[in-house]
Amino acid sequence: MSLQDFINEAISPWMNDEGNDSDIVLSTRIRLARNLEEVPFPTSQDQNSQHKVLQHVEQEFNQHSVHDFKKFQLVKMADLEPIEKRVLVEKHLISPNLADNKETGGVLISENEQASIMINEEDHLRIQLYYSGFELTEALQQAQELDDWFEERTRYAFDEHKGYLTSCPTNVGTGLRASIMMHLPALTMTNQMNQIVPEINKIGLVVRGIYGEGTEALGQLYQISNQMTLGKSEDDIIEDLQSVVKQVIDSERKAREWVMQQSGIQLEDRIFRSYGVLAHSRIIESKEASKCLSDVRLGIDLGLIKHVSKNILNELMVLTQPGFLQHYAKKSLKPNERDWFRANLIRERLQLEQYNN
Amino acid sequence: MQCQKCQQHEASVHYTQVVNGQKKEVHLCEQCAHEEGYMDFTNEGLSLHHFLTNMFPFDQSINQQHKEKVHPAESLTCQGCGLSYSQFRRKGKFGCSQCYETFDSYLNPIFKRVHSGNTEHVGKIPKRIGGDIHKRKEIDQLKKNLQQVIEDENFEEAAQIRDRIRNLKQDLDDAQQGGDA
Repeated sequence: MSLQDFINEAISPWMNDEGNDSDIVLSTRIRLARNLEEVPFPTSQDQNSQHKVLQHVEQEFNQHSVHDFKKFQLVKMADLEPIEKRVLVEKHLISPNLADNKETGGVLISENEQASIMINEEDHLRIQLYYSGFELTEALQQAQELDDWFEERTRYAFDEHKGYLTSCPTNVGTGLRASIMMHLPALTMTNQMNQIVPEINKIGLVVRGIYGEGTEALGQLYQISNQMTLGKSEDDIIEDLQSVVKQVIDSERKAREWVMQQSGIQLEDRIFRSYGVLAHSRIIESKEASKCLSDVRLGIDLGLIKHVSKNILNELMVLTQPGFLQHYAKKSLKPNERDWFRANLIRERLQLEQYNN
Repeated sequence: MQCQKCQQHEASVHYTQVVNGQKKEVHLCEQCAHEEGYMDFTNEGLSLHHFLTNMFPFDQSINQQHKEKVHPAESLTCQGCGLSYSQFRRKGKFGCSQCYETFDSYLNPIFKRVHSGNTEHVGKIPKRIGGDIHKRKEIDQLKKNLQQVIEDENFEEAAQIRDRIRNLKQDLDDAQQGGDA
């Protein structure tokens, strides 16, 4: 497989679209949790009914299209090798939890990989939708249409007072989780994230690093999402998230301006050093790679680096995850081999960029 | 400081939880902390669900200062899926939609904590079930609006809202009678 083919496989087609505020917001995700009426939840261990749900989805939805979502294809966890599942997890098409359900888990994926519906994860259905950039309103509308499409052929577990019933009390009501993935290098550099995160948490939203553990956000990538699903309508949830994200975007833009004014040459130096590391190193750990990728992406957004495409950050963050590295290497790799392989892959990817331009 | 649960031993485990901006402190002795599941840090780390699972004991034993070992709710079991309340407490997950009815009387404190004090769904309603629910929810919403515009002394709009409520109620009554006939 050539590197280009491999990248095409790693990068979902929707990622190439450029959405709103794409200098800061990488992607928008909407997820709806739904369960079928009178069928125990997947959390109940009732394998028989889970099989029935999977069958039902296969009969009614496999190979179908609706609106912009062409040709949904059902992939069963039972048919996948561990490494294939890991690749789907790293592409965010399935959750690690679903990958573990090898008996009855499945996922319906649209042709452009924008919509993926997990079956028998924690809930019977988890309808997920991705958009490039800041596109909450559009994403919610499309998710609702997908939801209606499912509702035409299934009966949802719903209660007049509690709304859509889910296996976890944190999702009951709308079952809606809206998330925005943001690249916030300047707010991180200026130590403002430490103040912003608690403020955002106070108003019922959650901020987390996407890669990495605990408070550390690898690649300066953060996800902001709603926590509440009960007592607020879908539109209100989206509106509240939207207004907070807008403020964060403004603060990040101001912070970038400020850093450029205060220490432009130091920032430029840092960005090009990171570029140098990516372009020339022979061994690179994922932590260092994420930091450098974040710097390079900032350099692109500030117009300092001109010959590299914006997608490099999202793309290489995915490509250099252990699952993809091993998929590309076509064998399992020990951690030190991964670092060596990662450096190779990044160098080749940057060279490809020069040929393309 | 004494343990909040047994009130006998010295509290050595101190927990601070912040949920949606509301701070809650817990002080337990080591033994009670073990019993309440505060000490099992699994390799999953402190996920939201982990916190959630740990929230349940507050509602039952600490706030209300219940001292008995087995709470009446523990023996409650869902007819739909066989999940017992103590299993639900441990896992933090329901087993089927019937669990919501079975454990109903214990759920609102949990929902309030997770959803900033809310216990009532105000979002989307499936079209199939829709119909009457849509109208009833709309009436509830309009009544709230009505109160607001009356407070604002906007009587013209109040009259319009009142008519709208009257129409919706009429529709509901008609549907009811149609169903009975």
